[in-house]
Amino acid sequence: MGKWSRRAFISAGVLAGGVVVFGVAIRPGNRADKVAGLIAGEDDTVFNVWVKIAPDNRITAIVPHAEMGQGVHTTLAMMLADEMDADWDLVDFMEAPAHKEYANYALAKGYAVGDVDFPSWLIDTVDGFFLTATKAMNLQITGGSTSVPTTGQAGMRVAGAATKAVLLQAAADSWKVPLTELSAQKSMIVHSGSSKSATYAELAGAAAELSQPVKPVLKTPDQYTIMGTDVQRFDVPPKVDGSARFGIDAVLPGMKYATVKASPVFGNAVKSFDESSIQDMPGVRKVVNLGDAVAVVADGYWQAKKALDQLAIEFERNGNETVEQSDIFNQFAADMDRAVSDGEEITDFEKGDAGAAMSSADSVVEAEYRVPYLSHAPMEPMNCTAWLHDDVCELWTGTQNPLGFAAEVASALDMDTANVQLHNEYLGGGFGRRAFPDYTIQAARIAAEVPYPVKLIWSREEDMRHDHYRQASISRFKAALDSSGKPIAWINQYVEKYDPAEAPHIPYGIDNQFIHYAESKTHVPWGFWRSVDHSLHAFFTESFIDEVAIQAGDDPYKYRRNLLEQAPRFRDVLDLAAEKSDWGAPLPENWGRGIAIHRSFGTIVAQVVEVEIVDGTVFPRRAICAVDAGFAMHPDGMKAQMESGIIYGLTAALFSDISIRHGAVAQSNFHDYQMLRMNQSPEIETYIINSGEKVGGAGEPGTPAIAPALVNAIFNATGKRIRELPVRLHDLTNEDLKSKDVA
Amino acid sequence: MINLTINGEPHELDVDPTTPLLWVIREQAGLNGTKFGCGIAQCGACTVHLNGSPIRSCRTPVQAVAGKEITTIEGVGSIDGELHPVQQAWIDEQVPQCGYCQSGQVMSAVALLAKNPSPSDRDIDLAMSGNVCRCGTYPRIRRGIKKAAIAMNGVADSGEKING
Ligand code: FES
Ligand code: FES
Repeated sequence: MGKWSRRAFISAGVLAGGVVVFGVAIRPGNRADKVAGLIAGEDDTVFNVWVKIAPDNRITAIVPHAEMGQGVHTTLAMMLADEMDADWDLVDFMEAPAHKEYANYALAKGYAVGDVDFPSWLIDTVDGFFLTATKAMNLQITGGSTSVPTTGQAGMRVAGAATKAVLLQAAADSWKVPLTELSAQKSMIVHSGSSKSATYAELAGAAAELSQPVKPVLKTPDQYTIMGTDVQRFDVPPKVDGSARFGIDAVLPGMKYATVKASPVFGNAVKSFDESSIQDMPGVRKVVNLGDAVAVVADGYWQAKKALDQLAIEFERNGNETVEQSDIFNQFAADMDRAVSDGEEITDFEKGDAGAAMSSADSVVEAEYRVPYLSHAPMEPMNCTAWLHDDVCELWTGTQNPLGFAAEVASALDMDTANVQLHNEYLGGGFGRRAFPDYTIQAARIAAEVPYPVKLIWSREEDMRHDHYRQASISRFKAALDSSGKPIAWINQYVEKYDPAEAPHIPYGIDNQFIHYAESKTHVPWGFWRSVDHSLHAFFTESFIDEVAIQAGDDPYKYRRNLLEQAPRFRDVLDLAAEKSDWGAPLPENWGRGIAIHRSFGTIVAQVVEVEIVDGTVFPRRAICAVDAGFAMHPDGMKAQMESGIIYGLTAALFSDISIRHGAVAQSNFHDYQMLRMNQSPEIETYIINSGEKVGGAGEPGTPAIAPALVNAIFNATGKRIRELPVRLHDLTNEDLKSKDVA
Repeated sequence: MINLTINGEPHELDVDPTTPLLWVIREQAGLNGTKFGCGIAQCGACTVHLNGSPIRSCRTPVQAVAGKEITTIEGVGSIDGELHPVQQAWIDEQVPQCGYCQSGQVMSAVALLAKNPSPSDRDIDLAMSGNVCRCGTYPRIRRGIKKAAIAMNGVADSGEKING
């Protein structure tokens, strides 16, 4: 828990207008009142912004994060309910309305004078909004695997414990008995010395008059009754019968439909189009020029799409029309060369003297790797329904950042943020894409031109060609080995750094390290993609350490293990994955096994992949995953996230590349940006270590290690080292590649 | 005017006959459980049943199904609201993540089990590979199908080995 005091809390809350609201120590008559109208039904007592108790003793956990399938509503509710000793059967959840009182940045900034970890990319984003959008906080982000480690640990649990404390106090006051004789169990306060008991609801009114403790005592893991169990997720039943409402399912009276086409070369302005060529087409209502895109509004999506497809649009040229993917990689390579020759390396991490160690090496291993741009391609294409009426802009969409979106829309329409109301629906996949508000701003701007609500739906083609892409990159390595094969120096240069800062760092005990990078900007828009920079650096570093191990004549698992002597937590995770995979046991012909380990978002994951190569096609048959996230709040949910992260990572490693042709994205839909499907999906086994270390994330850490584990397995099966993703680009049919001594 | 039956209810629709069935289901019939994912028959999010067989409604012009029986996710359970065994297995195995693909997955799985009460892993691969799940719920979908198969075959058949 961070070091914070009542004083810090109260003053910060008063001064920064919402910045320090995080659901604990909210006194009646204070902050909670501002949001009471939004969340409380008649007769509900709002204790603070995270929890309410209804007269029927049902407790609602108010969760400030979007549900995109990671089970966050359930997990955060569990954390609150456990600390409250609530009866789980009487617990509901509600997604916090898009209101600045819920900004989870508050959690970090107001509270985190101590050790609450917050990813730096999020801070930057927040500060950006903070400075440009409003003076208030406009953030309620779901991303960076932060929900459980920050909101859950520092918000929900503290709020639950604080609420329980005042309920106990209220009972003690009204029964005139000492607190020590009272206990909380299943949403009741019970007095041990008599038969007295009362429900939380009965005590709620009196408890709300009391000051909540600033530092309530939290449970230790042996006291958990809900955390660590596999309760059923709240969001599953509506997702099996079609009743779950996603952004795309919004329906409003008189609503029309729109679809949009932006300049294929990013950012070019619309030059001309002939509106009259489509205005008589059936159902067409309006054509809207958005500056860098044209939208058609019609009675139905299909009519809008057909008309837009027929509309010839000319865009301005900005000079990027001649850029090809090969130019981008050439530019990267040249900028990397130049950084070194000009002595302009940007240091990422340095330890010892890698250059000197290199010259005393017994042998040197070198390799260069490449990864392509990637698109998020969530199953639900971008969409937003917007309606401007009575000076208000209402929005229905799925977003990882509802407050930020509302602020951006307000600034695009030159409105007061308070007049933008965003209704966040289920997200049909996020993966980082739904942290960018472009589609929402478009919808609002179209709606501003018409007197009725408009549902904007992007075609899949638009979705793929106007994403914010995971960067392409090159990474170069040089390792020095001593005569025993042990690495004594590690030099790594890569291009383009985003976040998190530690993504390229290695856990291995190598005395001399120099990790540096070069900048090389392109015109391709960048975005957070599941696990962000970890998604490329784990592929780079864990492929290279494999190459080093092979060069040293050692077993890839044992070699790593020997280098993890000073990192016992990593070693335990690696050992578990190796053990569960029967590492070393013989495999059939054309099969191979590979291993990798990586830490991201506070969670360590080791994975072993077994592949079978059938006529040159790679079939990942089995994936073994060991994970240490400190403590798994919802073990089955943790497993689901590992499965998801693995398949997302395998899809990218095997198939995915976004490439630039004539300045635009060449791919357009699932036929040329392929997805892993059932027939190539491995069996997945996940093993959880509850080490008791600080709680880490789950949504992203499953992804980084799987690509290197896969290519290491392919090497094991075929003797072919894949240094450029995706695997699809490589011919694996050549039997001659198979080197018997690596099997 | 085009006539068709959706989940047992007759509909008389005034639409362009080339409109894909998907948009008719969503916008005219107001049934939002069937999803748009790609529009080119590559992802299966829009899967519905045409006289019991799974089709991709995003590439099926509505005129092609005139006079036919369409079933969507909303019509797959029993009339009194009881879930189909596939839906129940989906809850038991906690299959969905974001959930967006799952209407299509359930429709494909229901059609598979109607035809083949004890599918092997290979049968599941063949029947389900047209349905993309970006959240990677495939291992759970496989388990869900096997579980539903056992439930549907009843106790008498449960001795029969299900492959895989
Ligand atoms: S939307 Fe029909 S198959 Fe993708
Ligand atoms: S559950 Fe998200 S796409 Fe399948």
